[in-house]
Amino acid sequence: MSTLLAAPTKKPRTTMSKARKPTTSPQSRKTKTRRSKATAQTLAGQQREISVSEFFAKNRHLLGFDNPRKALLTTIKEAVDNAMDACEEGGILPDIFVQVLQLGETRFKVTVRDNGPGIVKQQIEHIFGKLLYGSKFHRLKMSRGQQGIGISAAGMYGLMTTGKPVLIISKPSKNKPAHEMRIKMDTSKNRAEIVSDEVHQEDDKLFPQGTGTQVEIELEGKYLKGRQSIDEYLEQTAIANPHAQITYVTPGNETRTFPRSVDELPDEPKEIKPHPKGIELGTLIQMLERTEAAKVGAFLQNDFCRVGPSKAKEICHTAGITNLTWVKNVGHREAEALYNAIQAVKLTVPPTDCLVPIGSKALLAGLLRGVKAEFYTASTRPPAVYRGNPFQIEVGLAFGGELPAQETARVIRFANRVPLLYQQSECCSFKAVLDASWKNYELSQPKGSLPLGPLVVMIHMASVWVPFTSESKEAIADYDEIRKEMKLALQECGRKLGTYLRRRKRMQRESERRSIFERYIREVAKSCEKITGTDAKKLYEALLRQAERRTAQADQQLDDEGRILNETARLAKDEQVVIVPAQQADPANNGNEIGESLFDDKPKPQRRKTTKRSRKKSRSPRRTAKRK
Amino acid sequence: MAKQRSKKTPTMKSTSPRTTPGSSATVTKDRDKKTLMKIDELGEAIVKSSLAQRDPHVDIPMRTVSNTKFNKSKRILEMGSNAQRRNLFNLSMAKKFMQTVLLADGCKDLIEAGKTLSLRGMYYKSLHTIEGTNEKTFNDQSESDPVLEDLEVSLGALREELHVYARKAGTIAGNITLIDSGDEIDCRRMGSGGYSIPSICEPSIIQFKKCEAKFVLHVEKNTIWSRFNEDRFWQTHNCILTEGGGQPPRGVRRLLRRLHEELGLPIYCLLDCDPWGHYIYSVIKQGSINLAFESQRMAVPDAKFIGIRAQDYERCELSDDVKITLTDRDITRAQQIAEYPWFVDKKPWQREIERMLANGFKMEVESLITKDISYVTETYVPQRLEERDFLD
Repeated sequence: MSTLLAAPTKKPRTTMSKARKPTTSPQSRKTKTRRSKATAQTLAGQQREISVSEFFAKNRHLLGFDNPRKALLTTIKEAVDNAMDACEEGGILPDIFVQVLQLGETRFKVTVRDNGPGIVKQQIEHIFGKLLYGSKFHRLKMSRGQQGIGISAAGMYGLMTTGKPVLIISKPSKNKPAHEMRIKMDTSKNRAEIVSDEVHQEDDKLFPQGTGTQVEIELEGKYLKGRQSIDEYLEQTAIANPHAQITYVTPGNETRTFPRSVDELPDEPKEIKPHPKGIELGTLIQMLERTEAAKVGAFLQNDFCRVGPSKAKEICHTAGITNLTWVKNVGHREAEALYNAIQAVKLTVPPTDCLVPIGSKALLAGLLRGVKAEFYTASTRPPAVYRGNPFQIEVGLAFGGELPAQETARVIRFANRVPLLYQQSECCSFKAVLDASWKNYELSQPKGSLPLGPLVVMIHMASVWVPFTSESKEAIADYDEIRKEMKLALQECGRKLGTYLRRRKRMQRESERRSIFERYIREVAKSCEKITGTDAKKLYEALLRQAERRTAQADQQLDDEGRILNETARLAKDEQVVIVPAQQADPANNGNEIGESLFDDKPKPQRRKTTKRSRKKSRSPRRTAKRK
Repeated sequence: MAKQRSKKTPTMKSTSPRTTPGSSATVTKDRDKKTLMKIDELGEAIVKSSLAQRDPHVDIPMRTVSNTKFNKSKRILEMGSNAQRRNLFNLSMAKKFMQTVLLADGCKDLIEAGKTLSLRGMYYKSLHTIEGTNEKTFNDQSESDPVLEDLEVSLGALREELHVYARKAGTIAGNITLIDSGDEIDCRRMGSGGYSIPSICEPSIIQFKKCEAKFVLHVEKNTIWSRFNEDRFWQTHNCILTEGGGQPPRGVRRLLRRLHEELGLPIYCLLDCDPWGHYIYSVIKQGSINLAFESQRMAVPDAKFIGIRAQDYERCELSDDVKITLTDRDITRAQQIAEYPWFVDKKPWQREIERMLANGFKMEVESLITKDISYVTETYVPQRLEERDFLD
């Protein structure tokens, strides 16, 4: 685990450059002058002069603490994300408890408890007390958290608004008692100050499974229901994490449970080294500074993926140096040459086995649990690459049922299983939904708008590095490669939806048709009886039987070669489609406030059994939690 | 129209063929039997396919220009073999299929009762609300009329044979005595109004008793007919005067055909000089496209066209006032008529139509009145007949 020294070099730099424009504080002006002239090396040195915590304390909106409502949500989000990550890394099916306690009009206490591997005592102060301290930033591995800012920032926000320290109770081992710590953050030093450190016997009861962590933060906030609420966040988290069980105690002291619908943990994502094409010059220079390799050739081979000896040679050659050049002799000019060489040389795309998508079946299970619709479909795209980072797109659609029919479709977005609630219109996924031609799938779509109808579109991006538009992780940046994959996944699901809707339309027509036939058959039978003397009743029954057979036949469609296609059977066979017969939906509660009715603790009828994904990975013995 | 009251006349008539003994009654019975058999066949076919779980259907020969052929040797229009299949299990045809069967049933009733009904009467006979719905079997008469025509062609039975008649139009006067449903009609004593030609002129209804006339003069409309009648043209020229109220209805055409066929009388037509008049002549002569299947019983291939001719404007020295400018529609229609197979080979007709088009105006028979009230009866027609100046 690296120290703070190296950690902030990249991230804060970019953040500050963003913050520069709106503020005119002397601090940021200093940053500006520095930036325009400085080399990477001087930059790294000077940065230690301001504490990251100080910076983020002043610019907390960058981390999602812009207003009381969002602050409350962000706090929960960071805590839940960490809890999930910890459980998964520990190979434990997450069992998350969330409580929001309203202490005053604007005062809340947030408690988030998990059954993860726990945190060793020595690490607690670093994890919760330092910004940009974490396990996830320096590796390329799919995880919810990335930068190591979240939970400490939440603690910092709580401290700043209420003066109360963060309370952490953690039990890293079954045989040892849980320890309880109160931590305050010293923003000027970006380090924690331990207020108290105790062991309480009764704390052990919090963790019936033997291990786990509980975080308690008191903060100024505002609780509102509806869109972008804690409720919505947890609902969507449950959709994207069907393997997790979430219990939520609302400020109104109501308990809502989002039950687990898949009993298998997702495969553990593999960690990969960065791909040469995915890094920027600045990053390259930093990597050169930090590398343990002595020579450039070794550096390229060891610190990157997809670079072998011959490729390393080729890159060095193109850059005008050799693979035996000493790393310490590589200056800015050489680094730039190296960077350009990397762009020029052909390289294999990064490995994609590092990605663990939700999987269409688990995704369906999640949607089934979370959205009351009649038609569900999901699709997982094969992995692709943007800027050297592998990623994978998944899309799920839910249609009909109790979803509001008159409104535009709802897009729910996820990045590495984390719901994105803000800045929808900035998000690549939202643009991809606009791009797809929903008219082809029997939905109306006004120009430049989302499709209309009882539709929920779920888009998930799994990647070792999700390109967010900001640190508060609210929207995915609009890369062509990402947008294209999203569009393809949407189209795949859309086609199935179109098939279903056309079938439904046909069924409606069929019943109309049958009633028309039935109406006239009686007349025909009567007249025929009078003409030929054949018994009208007998005739009527024969004709009625035929009418039924024919209307059923009309439902069948012919494929390109003229064979009868049984679409119903085909859709039913499709493992990526689930159809809940419409009559099971509760018509009384039609379409009002899906935000409220998204979940139902009662088990759904006719739910398809979820996958038993082979769990081939060998669970690593419980490690000390790498949190953040 | 007096709605259902139109029943009255047929009831009166229909009793006669049954009560009057003689050949006509037997003919009627035989014919009715045949028609009933045809209806039975239709019904049986439907029942058979229904019970066999096949889609019941009725084949209806198409009544379109493309499905009419000009039989050059018979010189009449005949219906082609193209038929449209009307299925029960087809959304757009289901109702019509039901209506067809309903009307077939209605016709069977009529024939069995030995009664006749008008088209409108037939509409009312089959009109009722479909059980369990508030939909009626027919929305209005315009729905039942074409279905009845469909039934006629698909059964290959004439409307009269189905005991249904159309609104009658047409007048006759002249040196002939008819028997209409047993009543003797002396067409010499019909006053100024003439005897109105019944819509069914089958031998079972109308028989010719005595005829001295040497030819038939058919005029287009009542105005001219009255002119001729008032001038006792039929007396002076020993002929029969008929009128068809524009496009002659079936009754008139059937009567003309029988007068020609049974009594050997030549038919001369005095019609307007416009595409409409030309087409009326064509209908009398070859049969109509719509009723092509009945041509052989209606058409008079030997009918002659005596006027008005396009040249008559100069020949008769008519004033400019009688010119009626041809409209675009007239021109296209004239061109269409010129291209009909039964006109295309006739040079005189081609010249006639060309001349009319070159004139750029049309003329009605009435225009001759501008010369003199009786010019048409005393000069024009006698002259043409004497010169034997007709178009064929």
